[in-house]
Amino acid sequence: MSDLAFAPCTLPEGAEALRAEVRAFLVEELADYPARRRAETWSGASRDFSRKVGGRGWIGMTWPRQYGGAERTTLERYVVLEEMLAAGAPVAAHWIADRQSGPLLLRYGTEEQRRSIVPRIARGEVQFCIGMSEPDSGSDLASVRSRAVPEGNGWRLDGRKVWTSGAHEADYMIALFRTAAQGEDRHAGLSQFLVDMSLPGITVRPIVDLAGQHHFNEVLFDGAVLPADALIGGEGQGWQQVTQELAFERSGPERFLSCMQLVNEMVRMAGARQDDAALAAIGRLVAHLSVLRQMSLSVAAMLERGENPAVEAALVKDLGAVLEQSVPEIAADVFDVEPMLDSTGDYVQVLAYLTQVVPSYSLRGGTREILRGIIARGLGLR
Amino acid sequence: MSELQGLLRDTAERLFADRATPQVLQAAEDGGWPNELWTAIVEHGLHQPFGSSGAAGIDAEGADWSDLYALLFAAGRWALPLPLGETAIAGRALLDGGLTLPDTALGLAAQSDLDLDQRGRISGTTARVPWGAAVPYVVARAGRRDGTQLVLLPTDGVERRLDRNVAREPRDDLTFENVVPAAICPWPQGWPAERLRDLAALLRAAQIAGALDRVLDITVTYAGERKQFGRAIGKFQAIQHQLAELAGEAAASAVAAETGFRALDDGRDPWFAIAAAKARTSEAAGRGAAIGHQVHGAIGFTYEHHLHYLTRRLWSWRTEFGNARAWSTAIGTRAVSRGASRLWPDLVAGA
Repeated sequence: MSDLAFAPCTLPEGAEALRAEVRAFLVEELADYPARRRAETWSGASRDFSRKVGGRGWIGMTWPRQYGGAERTTLERYVVLEEMLAAGAPVAAHWIADRQSGPLLLRYGTEEQRRSIVPRIARGEVQFCIGMSEPDSGSDLASVRSRAVPEGNGWRLDGRKVWTSGAHEADYMIALFRTAAQGEDRHAGLSQFLVDMSLPGITVRPIVDLAGQHHFNEVLFDGAVLPADALIGGEGQGWQQVTQELAFERSGPERFLSCMQLVNEMVRMAGARQDDAALAAIGRLVAHLSVLRQMSLSVAAMLERGENPAVEAALVKDLGAVLEQSVPEIAADVFDVEPMLDSTGDYVQVLAYLTQVVPSYSLRGGTREILRGIIARGLGLR
Repeated sequence: MSELQGLLRDTAERLFADRATPQVLQAAEDGGWPNELWTAIVEHGLHQPFGSSGAAGIDAEGADWSDLYALLFAAGRWALPLPLGETAIAGRALLDGGLTLPDTALGLAAQSDLDLDQRGRISGTTARVPWGAAVPYVVARAGRRDGTQLVLLPTDGVERRLDRNVAREPRDDLTFENVVPAAICPWPQGWPAERLRDLAALLRAAQIAGALDRVLDITVTYAGERKQFGRAIGKFQAIQHQLAELAGEAAASAVAAETGFRALDDGRDPWFAIAAAKARTSEAAGRGAAIGHQVHGAIGFTYEHHLHYLTRRLWSWRTEFGNARAWSTAIGTRAVSRGASRLWPDLVAGA
């Protein structure tokens, strides 16, 4: 039997009460938030919204109380996340810090960082970005060339990061730099750093995407000097730390709910027509979504139990991206309606937006090819 | 997985691996009832997991639906050429109706149009009953509206039209004419009219999940053994990515099917979970079979190789008791009638 197992997950008691709270909050906060903006899901940013979410105790939910957390379970956190995403809430200002940077600092940061920064994340006050890719290092992350060299009591950074989402808004970056020349072990010599984005020697330039949006950036490091304690975890341990982080990044509800607003609009469109092709297409999407949700919950339960579901997470992300990317294709096929940028209809606007951005879904957080390689390794083929 | 579920799966897995050999599968395809295999199943008490058979570690309470899933997944893995799930589900229906179980294989006549006359006799046709001509009894719904009954019908002497699906599994139409039921009771309370057909669809979903799991197993093994261009073909990225996709389809199918059985155990309305299970697995069946064949190359296209016992079942089961499109349309119809604002809450509730 296959070793890939997705045990059924039962949500803990109290999860539904929490869900009701989150839904009530979202109904109120997003009353006038248009469908087109909701379609941005976790790329939509509002610091104001993030502070309100933090105020409800819904950022850093699983973290220790002494660092601003709520000591709740991974599954309770899951409930909050999926409700936010299903509603299309603008969560980007706290998303990365809540998902990755906070847990990383709690695990590897100094006590000073845990005390000074982590509680501010939980309050929704600080925004993080992740500096991994470089012009010549995309999927081949181990080939990064940006260097951190000891200088005085700290580190001097030189190099260039690209595709850095939200760098122009972020207070901090968690960045992967080379601290030793590349040797025989390709994964050695990399280290993670906490970078204060306000430091001199850091320049952020926009990279406008094909839809005309500014989410990505190029970040140039020209002799920026970090204090000694900016090194996160062990020197040379960056690869191990980053790959652990990615298991958390890959299995969440954001990996199959990115087109939920379009599915909603398709339901509205179908309501006005009697079209079997549309009904079948919608039913198929709903069936897929429900199965992906069960799989994603199962991975969340594995994380809760302290297991390492890296392969399962890659599998959920791969299946999820395939499904998400199919939604605009299916919509364009079943409804003979043109996607338009300036018309007022929610369906045409959401379709126009998502048609353009879905190619990124199988690139961000690990390309389809990388994920399938991870799954193949899990099957014993590598 | 519960202890009983694990035990059932292990027992079934061992038994089927041992007894459902390619020789037995081939003999069954040639038209014989695999009696030795059936006897072994009966000896282990696996044919009536819901009854208090006492075998295979099943306690007096009997198994639950999730336990049955484990058993049927194993049956799918080994392409079991017997109506095991049909017997278990038909038996469960009889138990829920307060009737006694006959200790035989049972047919599940899930696609029936049967009249019940005032003298309690049954007439009408039931379509494509699995092993309909080989089982001594079938379980069906008979009668209309308020008078709907669950009936156990003897098949002795009824008119039969024999047919087979592409896996050469018997699918026989039976025509009853004034047949007196061997047992009869009111349709179980809380069961919608189509419950037998829904359960039959879920049975196929579990078998598809099991069959895909084994297609994955044997295809990964084959890719590791078969050498071309000086290395195992599983070392080629083009092959690896196909196998990753197959793993995804297999895993999604298992989750989809198991969720349906859990919904039955939870006592909530299982309709959506069953519909999603059959829609999702029926879609996966075709893609999974195609990848299995592509990676196996020409050898997998021969009768001698055992891959086809699984893939021909996948091609059959995906259209039995509703294909992917039929179930998707049913889900979509419900979703659209309930409206966009209910879409996400319903999805979370599994309704």
